[in-house]
Amino acid sequence: MSKRAKALFLSLLSLVVSLSFAGSAIAASTGRELNMPQGVTEVSQAAYDIHMIMVWVCTVIGVGVFGFMFYVMYAHRKSRGAVAENFHENLVVELLWTIVPAIILIVMAVPATTALMKVYNTENPDIDIKVTGYQWKWQYEYVGEGVKFMSELNTSSDEIYGRAPKGEHYLREVTQPLVIPAGKKVRFLITGNDVIHSWWVPDFGVKRDAVPGLFTSAWAKTDQPGIYVGECTELCGLGHAFMPVVVEVKEEAEYNEWLAGKKAEAAEYASTIGKTWTFDELMVRGEEVYTRSCASCHQADGKGIPGVFPALKGSPIALGPPEGHIGILINGVAGTSMQSFADQLSEVDIAAVVHYERNAWGNDVGDVVQPVDVLNYKQNQ
Amino acid sequence: MAHGPAKGIGRWLFTTNHKDIGTLYLWFSFAMFLLGGFFAMVIRAELFQPGMQLVKPEFFNQMTTMHGLVMVFGAIMPAFVGLANWMIPMMIGAPDMALPRMNNLSFWILPFAFAILTSTLFMDGGGPNFGWTFYAPLSTTYAPDSVNYFIFAMHIMGASSIMGSINIIATVMNMRAPGMTYMKMPLFVWTWVITAFLLVAVMPVLAGAVTMMLMDINFGTSFFNAAGGGDPVLFQHVFWFFGHPEVYIIILPAFGVVSQIIPTFSRKPLFGYSSMVYATAAIAFLSFIVWAHHMFTVGMPIAGELYFMYATMLIAVPTGVKVFNWITTMYKGSLTFETPMLFSIAFVILFTFGGFTGLMLSIAAADMQYHDTYFVVAHFHYVMVAGAVFSGTAAIYYWLPKWCGKMYNETMGQVQFWVAFVGFNIAFMPQHFLGLAGMPRRYADYGLQFADWNMVSSVGAFIYGGAQLMLLFNVVMTIRNGKPVSDPKVWEGAEGLEWTVPTPAPYHTFATPPTVK
Repeated sequence: MSKRAKALFLSLLSLVVSLSFAGSAIAASTGRELNMPQGVTEVSQAAYDIHMIMVWVCTVIGVGVFGFMFYVMYAHRKSRGAVAENFHENLVVELLWTIVPAIILIVMAVPATTALMKVYNTENPDIDIKVTGYQWKWQYEYVGEGVKFMSELNTSSDEIYGRAPKGEHYLREVTQPLVIPAGKKVRFLITGNDVIHSWWVPDFGVKRDAVPGLFTSAWAKTDQPGIYVGECTELCGLGHAFMPVVVEVKEEAEYNEWLAGKKAEAAEYASTIGKTWTFDELMVRGEEVYTRSCASCHQADGKGIPGVFPALKGSPIALGPPEGHIGILINGVAGTSMQSFADQLSEVDIAAVVHYERNAWGNDVGDVVQPVDVLNYKQNQ
Repeated sequence: MAHGPAKGIGRWLFTTNHKDIGTLYLWFSFAMFLLGGFFAMVIRAELFQPGMQLVKPEFFNQMTTMHGLVMVFGAIMPAFVGLANWMIPMMIGAPDMALPRMNNLSFWILPFAFAILTSTLFMDGGGPNFGWTFYAPLSTTYAPDSVNYFIFAMHIMGASSIMGSINIIATVMNMRAPGMTYMKMPLFVWTWVITAFLLVAVMPVLAGAVTMMLMDINFGTSFFNAAGGGDPVLFQHVFWFFGHPEVYIIILPAFGVVSQIIPTFSRKPLFGYSSMVYATAAIAFLSFIVWAHHMFTVGMPIAGELYFMYATMLIAVPTGVKVFNWITTMYKGSLTFETPMLFSIAFVILFTFGGFTGLMLSIAAADMQYHDTYFVVAHFHYVMVAGAVFSGTAAIYYWLPKWCGKMYNETMGQVQFWVAFVGFNIAFMPQHFLGLAGMPRRYADYGLQFADWNMVSSVGAFIYGGAQLMLLFNVVMTIRNGKPVSDPKVWEGAEGLEWTVPTPAPYHTFATPPTVK
């Protein structure tokens, strides 16, 4: 027994040591981060600092406690001839190990409180951006600027399902990133459209739930231009892993140029609503919109998922009069995952996707749905 | 004296014997443990590489949900109820549980609950896919049709738990042997009484939450529907008012088990018995006033965040007291390292590690980064798996000889321990790094930067899964071919009434109450 116990003890120790070395070695060789990022804002730095304080406090206590425990396991083994003593009470040590940890906690509460106050300092922003979580994309609205767009995953389903090699930015790329200026305090007003999402940018230290019917706020100010990638962190359905957050921080001048461009785009776009589109133009655009906004539920082949998401191929709505079909997109279907797309898609995109769904996968209604039809529908409501 | 067990299947269907019912609970929970483990293997196999290979995202979500539900409500909770059934009457010198027929009922409704829950996987639209925390409105307005079956199953489980708890409270309050005062009860009994009070207090809250869901889904109410004037955040407050005490419901009986085993193999009485009792009570009280630390990112006012942060930090004090007492029990003892002791020591180390990450998570500003990432997944698997499951495994090895009169094979037990210990750490240690590096939990797929650690974690999970099959093998081999033991004490250092009855424990014990000095 003695040899076995010693062997056990040694193997336990060597295991712990070798595991931690193996861990750091793997980490070093692959260059992967093992720790929380320090990020580029005051808030992310505060979170990192308090995190590191906690890591060190826990490490010191852990080394002390486990060190003593390993010593006991070595020194007081029966196989070494240890004879048990019979003491089982000592008020002084009980009080000590109640009061000392309590004091440590009180001391730690001070930096923890100041860090949290930084997180909550959302006063006096330079820019307000409304962030809305949708199943499974983000909408960004520059409050007071008339600029609003959806930001969706830009990784193809071929890459996800292994039919094509995965790109360098796999699941970290979106159709349009959120753009903010460097050096300005940006306040994010966050809400949800359907279920609860959570908007997270690790490098900003910003994570806020996007709750339907509620606005929460967070803020970021950084001097470092660059592209910062985050995630949705509240389970929101089957596309939960497929709605990344990408934020591009630009120098102020560049940002202003970009914003002016977006405004011009919006104005120009308004003029295309009146244009008469051809059958094929609508099919091309409709397929794009479908792949981006509809295929995650109704599937690329329009067959849906039985019992979960209805098929569009052969569906009476897709084959019936266009008004009914447009109505579903504008109003959604209450009590289901079918959301209203009135705020998400433009009239042109709604017309194109309705047209596409009526004429793809063997659906062959053959008529043409124009953006003006969508506009008329909205106005008649 | 009284008769033995009935013959055939009727023995198990109609039994009111605490030992039979304990056995039923234990086997049932082990079956659920394997089922929940199978779901975990599906999750880890899909996450072995980036990209979707084996399952679709909607099925992946059903797997994470069912894994959580089955492990929490089907494996861990019934396992400890089984241990309570077997051991509490023998530990306090009672002939049986106070309410034996209710005992039968509280067990036999459980298989129906889990049959209903599992059957949802085969329904149109699939099973629950909204996480074991089932946040509204994902679990109401946007839920699959099978959610009604889920709600019914939760109600049955809650009823079972409440009945089991009332039984334990009634037994301990009324059926202690003469001289067995409260402050002489073994710590396992103490932790279970306190757990039972927690269960009676919070299970109705869970029932309220799922009933409000039922009303929202089927009867047009809007408790959690913002469009109808309700509030999705209300759901989270109600759920976590149940959910936080729930995690202590899981861990307190585990504390009790370890507090029995460590003194036995240290050959020395538990250090600081009364402070252990008070610490358990303090943890139970605190568990009611910290629930919103699960909701730091939901947008509470800063005053609320600060209160929940301070209250949560406080839990470290009584938890620390327990750890210090366990280690001091070992100090100047005469230690041997049989399998139950190995699992208990691993429990102390790994649970304490999970406690450290818990303390980190309590710091609201840092939690903004940790929340809903794999850091949290790693944290609660350190406290739940290395906590509850390791302690449950220790309990099985520790009491199995008393139950069946056969000794397990020590070498096989120790091999199983090391496989479980190594597999567990390979599976869950890297998840801390994944979370800090930014991988959210409940992700069916992930970016390439997370690929390495996910692969390591999956390998560890498979090893850990294999260790559970070894446990099953060890238990079956012990029952069939184990070396017979007849010493009532079984273990040299064992103390307590359960070690005064013959080995194996006869069908009826303490028909005449013993007298405790």
